[in-house]
Amino acid sequence: MMEVAEVFKKLDFNLCMQCAVCSGSCPLYMKSKLNPRKLMLEVAYLFYPLSINPPINIQQKNEVWDCTTCSACSSRCPRDAKPLDVIIGLRSYLIESGLVPRTIVDVLDSIFKYGNPWGLSRNKRSEWARDLKVKYASEKGDASTLYFVCCAASYDLRAQNLAKATVKILNSANVDFFILGNEETCCGNEIYSLGEKGLFEELVNTNLELFERYNVQEIITTSPHCFNAFKVRYGKNLDARHYTTFFVYLIDSGKLKFSRKIEKVITYHDSCFLGRHNNIYEDPRKIIESIPGVKFVEMTRSKKKSICCEGGGGRMWHEVPGARLSEMRVKDALAVGAEIIATACPFCLMTIEDSIKTMGLEDKIMVKDISELVAEAL
Amino acid sequence: MTKRKGEIEKSEGEGVRIGVYVCHCGVNIAGTVDVKKVVEYASRLPNVVVARDYLYVCSDAGQALIKQDIKEHKLNRVVVAACSPNLHEQTFRKCLESVGLNKYLFAMANIREHCSWVHEHQPQEATLKAIDSVKMAVARANMLEPLETIKVPVKKRCLVIGGGIAGIQAALDLASGGFEVCLVEKEPSIGGHMAQFDKTFPTMDCSMCILSPKMADVVHHPKIHLFTNSEVKRVSGYIGNFKVEIEVKPRYVISELCNGCGECAKVCPIEVPNEFDERLGPRKAIYIPFPQAVPLVYTIDIQNCIRCYKCVDACILARGVKAIDFAQDPKKVELEVGTIIVATGYDAFDPSILEEYGYGVYDNVMTGLEFERVLAPTGPTKGVVLRPSDGKVPKRIAFIQCIGSRDEKTNQYCSRVCCMYATKQALLIKERVPDAKVMIFYIDLRAFGKGYEEFYKRAQSEGIRYIRGKVTEIMENPDSKNLVLRAEDTLLGAMVEAEVDLAILSVGLVPNKTTKMLSETLSLSKGPDGFFKEAHPKLRPVETLVDGIFIAGAAQGPKDIPDSVAQACGAAQKASILMSAGEVEVEAITAKVNEELCSGCFICVSMCPFNAIVAEEKSVKVIEALCKGCGACAAACPTKAIEPMHFKDGQILAEVKACLAKD
Repeated sequence: MMEVAEVFKKLDFNLCMQCAVCSGSCPLYMKSKLNPRKLMLEVAYLFYPLSINPPINIQQKNEVWDCTTCSACSSRCPRDAKPLDVIIGLRSYLIESGLVPRTIVDVLDSIFKYGNPWGLSRNKRSEWARDLKVKYASEKGDASTLYFVCCAASYDLRAQNLAKATVKILNSANVDFFILGNEETCCGNEIYSLGEKGLFEELVNTNLELFERYNVQEIITTSPHCFNAFKVRYGKNLDARHYTTFFVYLIDSGKLKFSRKIEKVITYHDSCFLGRHNNIYEDPRKIIESIPGVKFVEMTRSKKKSICCEGGGGRMWHEVPGARLSEMRVKDALAVGAEIIATACPFCLMTIEDSIKTMGLEDKIMVKDISELVAEAL
Repeated sequence: MTKRKGEIEKSEGEGVRIGVYVCHCGVNIAGTVDVKKVVEYASRLPNVVVARDYLYVCSDAGQALIKQDIKEHKLNRVVVAACSPNLHEQTFRKCLESVGLNKYLFAMANIREHCSWVHEHQPQEATLKAIDSVKMAVARANMLEPLETIKVPVKKRCLVIGGGIAGIQAALDLASGGFEVCLVEKEPSIGGHMAQFDKTFPTMDCSMCILSPKMADVVHHPKIHLFTNSEVKRVSGYIGNFKVEIEVKPRYVISELCNGCGECAKVCPIEVPNEFDERLGPRKAIYIPFPQAVPLVYTIDIQNCIRCYKCVDACILARGVKAIDFAQDPKKVELEVGTIIVATGYDAFDPSILEEYGYGVYDNVMTGLEFERVLAPTGPTKGVVLRPSDGKVPKRIAFIQCIGSRDEKTNQYCSRVCCMYATKQALLIKERVPDAKVMIFYIDLRAFGKGYEEFYKRAQSEGIRYIRGKVTEIMENPDSKNLVLRAEDTLLGAMVEAEVDLAILSVGLVPNKTTKMLSETLSLSKGPDGFFKEAHPKLRPVETLVDGIFIAGAAQGPKDIPDSVAQACGAAQKASILMSAGEVEVEAITAKVNEELCSGCFICVSMCPFNAIVAEEKSVKVIEALCKGCGACAAACPTKAIEPMHFKDGQILAEVKACLAKD
């Protein structure tokens, strides 16, 4: 009798009625074997060995690494059976069995050693802030609002603009905040999504200890992924807000004023971790629409129907051959006449910008983060 | 302690003589509790004349034993230690009554559900607990008094709320039985949703053809008083004697003078969406909802009327009467009825909140009920299958099942009829557009009723494709307005992207919007799904926990026409039983007031959850038919002037003292 791994016992796959809303919504269906509905059934079969040789070999379910954790499946499941959790559970099982793609292993290793997925030195994490007016945790005084930058916005040259823009905005609104500087370490959201529970727990402990040490009362994040980690996955209901929610508050209370116009046609690409995971659809739109001169247009695939950029779930480090979803988004944006695609996530920014380049459309359209747009219009 | 009025005064020469019967209940009790020990203990309690054990006391033989003992040993109190009173209290009460002993001189100790069944692994402790239970019951028995039930007259008139097929059927059955019926319908015509249907599954009967004879019968039956365009505003009273206040909303047309000729509508300049056609077609501000409306009287939609009075002129010109009267006011009608049947039906689920399907955004996405009006001969397209965007005949049509049903985010329950109505509509499309490609995307196919599985097979044989996989989203081609559906065919294990001309969402059934308000007016419970709650889901499907009020049809839960009719007949029969008996017996466990002790503070009046206490000049009066004996009044009364019979302080305290006594 094969022992069923612990990781599967807490999942809700028994609730599945095989309606196929999950698989029918999965954006990877065209180029991957990934089928959440089938996985629900296959995990259920682990508990019912019906023949001498089990009909399913879950050790060969490598397609689980293709998942972007966009939550189209879990957000639509009529039974609330949480197919995304089953996929993550399968990932945990494969990690424990040592069956992980090489690139993912490197990422996990790097986060463990250097607190970021790119193997870059911890001492370079806050280089982007070198010439900026910003308080570090060690000299924060009474400030209790933490601006959590994110690995991508700290290390990626393009995404660093987001951090710089956000600092500019927070300063102009006279927000008393601080950053962790080189002490900042990965929030762990993608680690959780990859199923590496042990490493995730360690990161949680490290970050909670840091927050405690510096009396962090409120966290503002660049990335919806970090926001999701602190708000939901850490399980402590921390007072975390994505910067778009915070900026709406700043605009509404008059602390943020625009003095310049951006006379462009702008559309917004919904971030999966803001939208489907946390039901935040309006805040980013409110900000864009309050920038003077902007003509806002909506793509046909927006809000709950939006399609993932393919950056999450470890997909930044795992390639699935075939047409990229971010290319589809660029085409969608062009179809509604947008000149700028606004994003609210560094991963979305990076993947969409990459696609614009590979499609050779740099002169037709560009992608900018909302923080960059706001900073421009201040 | 001074003896208060109401405590037992034992009659001369007659002491309390108790018989105790401890049941084995097979091994249910005897398997854990030492029944013989309990009997032995009971036999030594004060006033216990006889103590026995028996295998099944509730059986005929067991009851015979009790009856025998009552006669032989002149018992005047009986205690049975057995199962829950919920199960057999009535059985034993009847047993006592049959030999002339007042049925309230009976006490029951639960040594099964409360003892042997929950302490299976502790037989010794269980036996001691059973002994305590019996000790308490005997102490209570000592304090019991004979009580008389009261009989309340039942008026031979029934109020039926809702004029759909269930309400109509109930009204007809009751009227045939000789009872007066007041049928109240909020719309200008009776008929409900069934009047909107084209054909009915599985027989493909024309819906209006089988409904309108019944509608005609309603209006012609001398015992049925029809109130259309009316609502029930207030209900008070109790079983047998409900006081109902109905508001008849003004039609601005004098019913007695209107003959439905329609000349007024011809000249009316205002056109608004017709609710009967699910807003797909127009009606005038002066209108009848459909040609076969009952009563055939026009109504003015005063919100949209511009008071041009062209209709007034047309009416005079055509018939020489002034049937239109803008001075009409809402009329209040007060009735007294003995029973009420609630048959308010359902509403169709509104899929606008499901963004994925584009309802309300894309022209060619419709609900099943809207499409039904397209199919209906009196509908906006006169029964020709056309699609909204361009009025062309669609050749590729998809049905999507489980919209607003079986879904944690909308309604958890299955709406029962959608699989069948989609199959029906698909067959009707094939009849009228033989080369159409019709697909039904489903999760499970529910064909539970008589002829339903055969109907499904027929649909398949006519080339209707059933694809197992719920459509996850609909996208629109902005030029052609065609729709693209995405789903996984789970049986094939392959993705399906279908371009169709028309998508029909098979929406589920939700409780009618009047349900919430009516549940408050009538103090009726609703289930977690929002439909009215029946008294027992298996055994009492048309009764409610309010005596004298019954439910029938889709108001009780989603169901098809045969089941609605069956429930309507059932509810009518239940109401008839009460009304033909002419009176109903009310439990004697009601509160009684000692006027000498009552200080007129009226705290009890506000405490009573059943509005059963009425303030009078210096004291209060209990309406026994409404009182449930809950005791809230007694707990609140500062002078102990009001007490529930059968659960007086003395009786309860006797049990408590017995429980705590050491021996």
